[in-house]
Amino acid sequence: MSQRHILALFNNFKDAEAAIYELRAADIKGFNFDDLTLKSPIEHHEVEEILGQRSSKVQWFTLVGTLLGGLLGFFLISGAQANFYAQMKGGKPIVPFPPNFVLTYEMAILGGVCISILGFLICAGLPAKRSSLYSAKVSEDQIGVLVKADESAMAKIKGVLLNHEALEIQEEAGK
Amino acid sequence: MEKDIREDIAWAQINKDVLRSLEAPRPLYWVILLVALAMMGVAVGCEIYQYQTGIGVANMDNPHAWGLYISTFIFWIGMSHSGTLLSAILHLMHADWRKPIYRFAEAMTTFSLMTAGLFVMIHLGRLWQFYYSLPYPDERGLWPNFQSPLLWDAMAIFTYLSSSVIFLYVGMIPDLAICRDSIHEGWRKKLYSLLSLGWEGTDRQWRNFRVTYLMVACFLIPLAVSVHSIVAADFAMSQQPGWHVTSFPPYFVAGALYSGCSGIITLFIILRYVFKFEEYMTLSILKKIVRLTFAIAMVWTYLNAVEFASVWYSHDQPSKDVLIQKASGTYAPFWWGMIFCGSIVPLAMAFKRVQTNIPVLFAVSLLVNLGMWLERWMIVAPTFSHGIYPWTWDHDQWPSFVQWGIVFGSFGWFVLLFMVFCKVFPSVSMYEVKEMVYHRSLHLKKSETAGRGAH
Repeated sequence: MSQRHILALFNNFKDAEAAIYELRAADIKGFNFDDLTLKSPIEHHEVEEILGQRSSKVQWFTLVGTLLGGLLGFFLISGAQANFYAQMKGGKPIVPFPPNFVLTYEMAILGGVCISILGFLICAGLPAKRSSLYSAKVSEDQIGVLVKADESAMAKIKGVLLNHEALEIQEEAGK
Repeated sequence: MEKDIREDIAWAQINKDVLRSLEAPRPLYWVILLVALAMMGVAVGCEIYQYQTGIGVANMDNPHAWGLYISTFIFWIGMSHSGTLLSAILHLMHADWRKPIYRFAEAMTTFSLMTAGLFVMIHLGRLWQFYYSLPYPDERGLWPNFQSPLLWDAMAIFTYLSSSVIFLYVGMIPDLAICRDSIHEGWRKKLYSLLSLGWEGTDRQWRNFRVTYLMVACFLIPLAVSVHSIVAADFAMSQQPGWHVTSFPPYFVAGALYSGCSGIITLFIILRYVFKFEEYMTLSILKKIVRLTFAIAMVWTYLNAVEFASVWYSHDQPSKDVLIQKASGTYAPFWWGMIFCGSIVPLAMAFKRVQTNIPVLFAVSLLVNLGMWLERWMIVAPTFSHGIYPWTWDHDQWPSFVQWGIVFGSFGWFVLLFMVFCKVFPSVSMYEVKEMVYHRSLHLKKSETAGRGAH
């Protein structure tokens, strides 16, 4: 069955929250709750909690980036120093750890930051083309609830959204 | 008590007020821009003059190898710590009053670092000579010395600049989407559409955004501390009298936070007036920054005293001689000026009436930063003039107008970059101000309900 998208705009979080609650509780055939997306002008922990466990994986990117950055830093520097055997070291170690620690530390941070950003872009699905069901009012002061469902479920979903004082409903045929 | 922000400002109004700053600032904006350009012109003129006449006109010699340039480099690195303090440290502490002002503090960080980086090149004389000092093994046989704090410094500053630019940009993505949605045509629309990366404010985007911002904030704090500790290591790791001091790293970090906070006060006052941000950059927030600055001023004063005491009781005669020479020699007026501006002037901030008095605070913040610039000069120059070997002493060297002109111009360069940024990008974070207003209004409603229940 073909799927469609529907975007409802709400005046406040309370109405949007109530609509999401009801959609979650209602057993609507052809609608999967995970296909519901909240669009808001600010981050809102409470509403996000209602959406259930949709965790972020950015921390893993951070961890990997930090480790890789540190390792890369250390081996890059040590590798360069090991190539300096032609230079007179005056009895000093070829790979001195104390100064290398400083540079390794900086590289670990740089790796952590850069890979975290990469992780953010991947996890947040950015950069992205703007969806056709988008209202500029979401970036101003309204809260959007975007639902993807089978065509047969649309009437019921629309009813729930309108019951909770949706200001406007936009529809689009899904792929 | 005055509020940090009004809880009843409509979200749409926040967008409108901030977006207005991108279009129609007060005429003073253009005056500041012109003055900044003129100041920068002075620096460019001095630079060209010394190329045409010979580098000798800068009046740098041996032992005064660093002149005013490295002092000013440290000063600008110090200024950059403001953004980290307001964005990262206060973010982790959930101090929401930072929200209307952290964006410009982050921009300060970025542009201060860019200005500081310039001095690394400028102090070499001819700018293009910088290429030869890049540390990589090559056919010229120039080997990077990884044991040198100067190399650590280059790496730390590069990391700090990259991370700060990333932090500034990522934190701005939701606001860039607002700009994209509100501006309908022209180059700005294209720019914002490109930079906002298609942000739509979905729960997935916000969730990942929150975690990323927190992660980068956690990295920036140790990074900022390491950057200025490493700048301190440029001095403290040497055997020069007056520089080989254990307390230098914390002293430098405190000094950096101090001058950064003071810079925030100056720019807060300017932006508040120029962009008509009176609703967002409130006196209550100003009071909080002033109190924070005062606390850091006292920490800096203490660490200054610790530095003098360590030198005095160390029985290291050359170091002691440098200290005496600072207080009573050629540099005495500047050294005492540093003490006055850095430790006495901020005492004014302890008074409640001063904490919201804009003209007085403007003057105090400028004086404090004058003191902090003098501090850096007093770290660099006296040691060069009075080293371990008496035959290298040179107490009478005075920087030429070329050095003064370039240092003066650097302030123009910074202000120019900063003001252009504030005209092109929102200098108040719209989405965070909305969050602040939202949470405060919820809190207010809860307290009112609880109050009614109690009656």
